[in-house]
Amino acid sequence: MAQAKFKIWRGTQDQGEFQEYTAEVGEGMVVLDCIHQIQATQAPDLACRWNCKAGKCGSCSAEINGRPRLMCMTRMDDERYITPGETTIVEPMHTFPLIRDLVTNVSWNYKINKMIPRFQPRQADAPDGTWRMSQEEVDRVQEFRKCIECFLCQDTCHVLRDHGKTEGEMFGGPRFMIRVASLEMHPLDTADRLPLVKDSLNIGLCNITKCCTEVCPEHIHITDNGIIPLKERVVDRFYDPIMWLFHKIFGDKQKAEPARTRTALPVIHEPAAKS
Amino acid sequence: MADYETHEHDVLVIGAGGAGLRAAIEASATGVSVGLVCKSLLGKAHTVMAEGGVAAALANVDNRDSWQVHFADTMRGGQYVNNWRMAQLHAQEAPARVRELEAWGAVFDRTKDGRILQRNFGGHKYPRLAHVGDRTGLELIRTLQDHGIHQGMSVYMECTIIRLLKDGDRVCGALGYYREKGRFVIFKARAVVLATGGIGKAYKITSNSWEYTGDGHSLAYNAGAELIDMEFIQFHPTGMVWPPSVRGILVTEGVRGEGGCLRNSEGKRFMFGDIPDNYKPQTADNEEEGFLYVLAEKFNGKDSRRPPELLTRDHVARCINREVKEGRGSPHGGVFLELKSFAEWMKKRVSSFDADSHWKKKLPSMYHQFKELGNLDLTKQPMEVGPTTHYVMGGIRVDGDSQMSKIPGLFACGECAAGINGANRLGGNSLSDLLVLGKRAGEYAAHFAKDHGAGTIHDDQIDEATRWALSFIDEPKGDENPYKVQQDLQDMMQDLVGIVRKEEEMVRALDGLQQLWERARKVRAPINREYNPGWHTCMDLHNLLTVSEAVTKAAIERRESRGGQFRDDYPKKDSKNFGKKNTVVWKGADGRMEFRWEDLPPVPDDLKEIIKQQGEGKLPEELQ
Ligand SMILES: Cc1cc2nc3c(=O)[nH]c(=O)nc-3n(C[C@H](O)[C@H](O)[C@H](O)COP(=O)(O)OP(=O)(O)OC[C@H]3O[C@@H](n4cnc5c(N)ncnc54)[C@H](O)[C@@H]3O)c2cc1C
Ligand code: SF4
Ligand code: SF4
Ligand code: FES
Repeated sequence: MAQAKFKIWRGTQDQGEFQEYTAEVGEGMVVLDCIHQIQATQAPDLACRWNCKAGKCGSCSAEINGRPRLMCMTRMDDERYITPGETTIVEPMHTFPLIRDLVTNVSWNYKINKMIPRFQPRQADAPDGTWRMSQEEVDRVQEFRKCIECFLCQDTCHVLRDHGKTEGEMFGGPRFMIRVASLEMHPLDTADRLPLVKDSLNIGLCNITKCCTEVCPEHIHITDNGIIPLKERVVDRFYDPIMWLFHKIFGDKQKAEPARTRTALPVIHEPAAKS
Repeated sequence: MADYETHEHDVLVIGAGGAGLRAAIEASATGVSVGLVCKSLLGKAHTVMAEGGVAAALANVDNRDSWQVHFADTMRGGQYVNNWRMAQLHAQEAPARVRELEAWGAVFDRTKDGRILQRNFGGHKYPRLAHVGDRTGLELIRTLQDHGIHQGMSVYMECTIIRLLKDGDRVCGALGYYREKGRFVIFKARAVVLATGGIGKAYKITSNSWEYTGDGHSLAYNAGAELIDMEFIQFHPTGMVWPPSVRGILVTEGVRGEGGCLRNSEGKRFMFGDIPDNYKPQTADNEEEGFLYVLAEKFNGKDSRRPPELLTRDHVARCINREVKEGRGSPHGGVFLELKSFAEWMKKRVSSFDADSHWKKKLPSMYHQFKELGNLDLTKQPMEVGPTTHYVMGGIRVDGDSQMSKIPGLFACGECAAGINGANRLGGNSLSDLLVLGKRAGEYAAHFAKDHGAGTIHDDQIDEATRWALSFIDEPKGDENPYKVQQDLQDMMQDLVGIVRKEEEMVRALDGLQQLWERARKVRAPINREYNPGWHTCMDLHNLLTVSEAVTKAAIERRESRGGQFRDDYPKKDSKNFGKKNTVVWKGADGRMEFRWEDLPPVPDDLKEIIKQQGEGKLPEELQ
């Protein structure tokens, strides 16, 4: 067995530091296996979240050498993320407040989710009291529903990460853009969540850098299939000049405003040393 | 009593998997106040891992299906030691529960005419599993979660319950701690529903998550409830075996449902050689028929019978075990599961058949799992698979209609409750069980809460439990490493009370358990109450030991082989002596685990008639 060196963030929101550990790495081992080994032999109170160890629950999100990853799906021999012979740095997601070690407080996400009105189907219209939907009609929605709520996309999105848009003029983040998209594009749904997306979740703050899509472990095309079509719907509804005139003449309360533009920010976040 | 955070609810649901969520939704819908507690984050419970599907006789793909056939399949699969009432309600109500999910936003795969698609699964006569690719559990839990959070229930996440609180005979609440800060919290409740899932972490090789430490089983046991059928543990035939770090992770039965073949090192499809008599009438005896069955709809092969790879899990697991033991295994101690034969067969019929995209569409997360964890492309290479601890049929004994345990006000549903599955669970019957019996538990718990006042919380129970919990960090009695004790327990259960059992080994296991109990009292964790998994493991260990003891005791007493219990020393089924009885364990007055046999309630005649019609026109031995 080979040995691998780790630097793992230990501590709380107020204080902490990287500590060094060594793990014995056997064939096929993933980062989470090493964390468990370290827990069992060197640091019994090393805090980390995990459930399934199979990439299905989205609990074990962390930043491995600066890349937002699921620890259970990152193999120690995957040279895209782990450099052989070098120390592997494991730290908690940066965007959310730290609880301890690798565990962050992700409760903000649950609050956002609750703001989104639930599914509201049209009246059942098939003879057996249900509905008919073809596979083609639901393909798109099924893609969004693959989301395992790992919140890695939220972690990566610069609007949340660097601009602190988790309060005040808040940004819902890619996870909840596709959650809204999954409802808005559901063939049976009748509710209207576009005002919410525009005014409360502030979809305009997304400048389509696609970093979220890059880190999604479920390979959901968050931007192309979710956010961009939603943006188009918002623009059609609220910013289309003819519609705008129409609303103005006929007295729509909705105040039109120009689409927000923002400068693009660097796409990849290098492993920033925790200060 | 210290001044602990206290919450009061009419109904407290412990566990937020499919069963707990469904119970909480139902209870909320009746207007009572509901608290929902879970030890992980909401939406991460074990249910999220379920792959293959949810069983319900919707008859969308084969219109010959009905609740009667589903009922008979469930009883046959369970080898007739099921609670017939649960099996009946489950089969009757599952279709409505699945349609309801669709009305709450679930998006199942579709048939050509736009209805919910159903797939084949082991032990189910007709294609019966509604599914979403191979991530059905995720769809189920997310749908319930997103529906539930708008129902007005209070959710307490990352909060672990360590004691049920009682007032006289009845339950009146629960005590837990928040993982984040290690603070204790008291829940007062008129009714409590346990929905904590299984016990798989008692074994080394398992498909189960860290949460499966048997908490609900142990909470109920310590509160005075009974556990039945604990010897029946399902070893799923196909877990990953290589690389070692992923050993045990599940390979869904859906792979076989979609045409996957099991082969030994000689390339033989060994399952054809071992079809039990009572399954012969419905099992294919040649490859052609087996493949036709997979695509019955497409090729009008409706009368073809299912391939032997889809026999019940207990049987397939044992056959694999035998192949490996007799030296016909794969390089890493499993057998091969391959999709190539089916693809070639298809190609002969449909020249445009594209195996690559077909499997990626049908089995996306399996593809992903093997690719990322096993460096293997399942569309091209055979997988290596072997048995893995998967599900516990045994659990808290509850009433078939109401899901209430022996303790007034204490209900249980989902994997931690027992009865519906008998000696062996059919794939897909768990997710439907969660929905049907979870709903019932919520409904009856709400009734109970309306009919009964609040009990009184007694300080001495709180003091005792908090002192116990803190002892592992504040004043440990020794220096044992909790992780090491847990590993030793897992190794021992795997070796001595695993898939093939013997009396003398299990007696040795009982001794081993005594020693492990001793060590478990001496574990210690670093002094730190904030998110300290070492401390949590100290406490979880006691639950694991309780359920391991229950499994071992019950397995020793059942001196026959049936479903999830295979005895090397009693390899035959013995229906005369054991066919109409359940094992029961409970906590005796002196704190020791007691055991007794209990007769099963007799199956009513009308249901016997259904079983007879769906079988070979005669009643199985156990029911005569
Ligand atoms: C890999 C895999 C695939 C499967 N595939 C299928 C399938 O295709 N079809 C099928 O029907 N079945 C399948 N099963 C079985 C099925 O998923 C489970 O039996 C079922 O999900 C159990 O649900 P549950 O609601 O009882 O418990 P869970 O979903 O496990 O939920 C348990 C809940 O209890 C909480 N909890 C536990 N202890 C405590 C405590 N002390 N305090 C507070 N909360 C606690 C947990 O946090 C969790 O929220 C599969 C199982 C596995 C492992
Ligand atoms: S595209 Fe960029 S800005 Fe938009 S949500 Fe994704 S990461 Fe954030
Ligand atoms: S969209 Fe992808 S990255 Fe974002 S939470 Fe869901 S699974 Fe994770
Ligand atoms: S532990 Fe579930 S995704 Fe990693």
